[in-house]
Amino acid sequence: MTLPSATTADRTVGTAPPASFGGMQARSAAALNETVRIAIRELDFFYGDNRALKKISFDLPEKQVTGMIGPSGCGKSTLLRVLNRMYSLYPGQRAEGEVLMDGENIIAADVDINALRAKVGMVFQKPTPFPMTIHENIAFGIRLHETLSRTAMEERVEWALTRAAIWGEVKDRLHSSAMGLSGGQQQRLCIARTIAVRPEVILFDEPTSALDPISTLKIEELIDELKQDFTIAIVTHNMQQAARCADQVAFFYLGELIEIAPAGELFTAPRHPKTQEYITGRFG
Amino acid sequence: MEPKAEHTVRSYAEELRRLREMVARMGGLAERQVADSTIALVRRDAEMATEVMGRDAAIDALEREIENLCIRLLALRQPVGQDLRLVVAVLKISHDIERIGDYARNAAKRAIVVSQQPPLGSLNGFQRMAVLVQENLKGAMDALVNNDAARADEVWAADEPIDEVYNGIFREMLTFMMEDPRNITAATHLLFVAKNLERIGDHATNIAETVHYAVSGDKLPEERPKADSSAFAVVRPPA
Repeated sequence: MTLPSATTADRTVGTAPPASFGGMQARSAAALNETVRIAIRELDFFYGDNRALKKISFDLPEKQVTGMIGPSGCGKSTLLRVLNRMYSLYPGQRAEGEVLMDGENIIAADVDINALRAKVGMVFQKPTPFPMTIHENIAFGIRLHETLSRTAMEERVEWALTRAAIWGEVKDRLHSSAMGLSGGQQQRLCIARTIAVRPEVILFDEPTSALDPISTLKIEELIDELKQDFTIAIVTHNMQQAARCADQVAFFYLGELIEIAPAGELFTAPRHPKTQEYITGRFG
Repeated sequence: MEPKAEHTVRSYAEELRRLREMVARMGGLAERQVADSTIALVRRDAEMATEVMGRDAAIDALEREIENLCIRLLALRQPVGQDLRLVVAVLKISHDIERIGDYARNAAKRAIVVSQQPPLGSLNGFQRMAVLVQENLKGAMDALVNNDAARADEVWAADEPIDEVYNGIFREMLTFMMEDPRNITAATHLLFVAKNLERIGDHATNIAETVHYAVSGDKLPEERPKADSSAFAVVRPPA
């Protein structure tokens, strides 16, 4: 992946999203007054002939958490899959429009997907540890992208596990299997594995739906800490979770972005009737 | 912006409906207290005033009941959006109404004292003031029940006439007291009654302000039209 020139990056920074939906989107990144990390512009997505995303435009502000909510099939997970080109694995799926990161359209055909995925990490719904030791789970991904000395590798593994708030629990058993960890620990291990390659953006796809309430709160606390260093997007079915974690929340319905606003506004005074109906539980 | 759709959880919708119903009932009780305390004053009817005082406990009890339901809703339903605004608004409004009840009770108490003093001219101003205050209170409560932000805005902007009547009463009472020191007891009590009505009017505008937020999600500006100049009635501050 070529490094973009500074001028190109500058141009994407702070660009206001087009004010479709009667200015609904104007309250997003611009309102948070932050640097834009990823700018999504007029994004369409197709599963074959089925259009799953319709002209989506909004920004992921740097070092902020963007929550995405909406009923099943609204396109929020699809959008997440676009942000690290997960869909490229499947024939017949295609994205149109622009997803600009550092001035580069990451959905363009010539993008180095492996390099992109090192920059945009993803954590899934179910913890997916590899059947290896805890240490190897972290080191494995790093080796794909970097060659580190033994000491540097040790340091990186400790750093990743510490940032994922699990170091204290595993430091004495780094060489035992990751499969012996609890669900919550496994999920934090997966977060450690994701941040070990030092991405810029982390995508969370319902990261706590398989966890108990305490593990869930730990992950949420972790997300809050991680946003000091990373730009985060989280898809969740749990609206309270979006309210707790996210700086801005986007509501999707039938492939359209209906409303995006700072969490405090979206959950107290949503502007669009559809958002209102959805968050208050009055959905048809 | 009331969504047409019903809540998916029917018992939740039922609780919200009960909350609205309770606060509407509380508002109705307070309206009646304001009306009756003024009638008792004008008719010099100590018996009626005593009844008004006794009825204040019902308002207080409703406030406690409403508060309990609000806390329960917040804890168990975790309301958001318009539902959250409604619950928070009702908490505030029930407090306003409780204060209104206290003012009406105090006015009734003073009506008893005034009824034992020699009559002091016409009390038409009080009647007028009470009617205006009641209209505003009713308007604010109607706005809440009907989700009518525009009605709330009307009430919010309609406090000035009340202040004007109050200023008139203030000057009138000062005149009575200057005329004859034996008027001072009754006139002082009447001044307090007028002040109570004026404060009730202010609480009605508070309610309107809260209703506006609950219905629209927007806050009204800090400043609202005011005409209470009684503080300057004797000595005007230098310009």
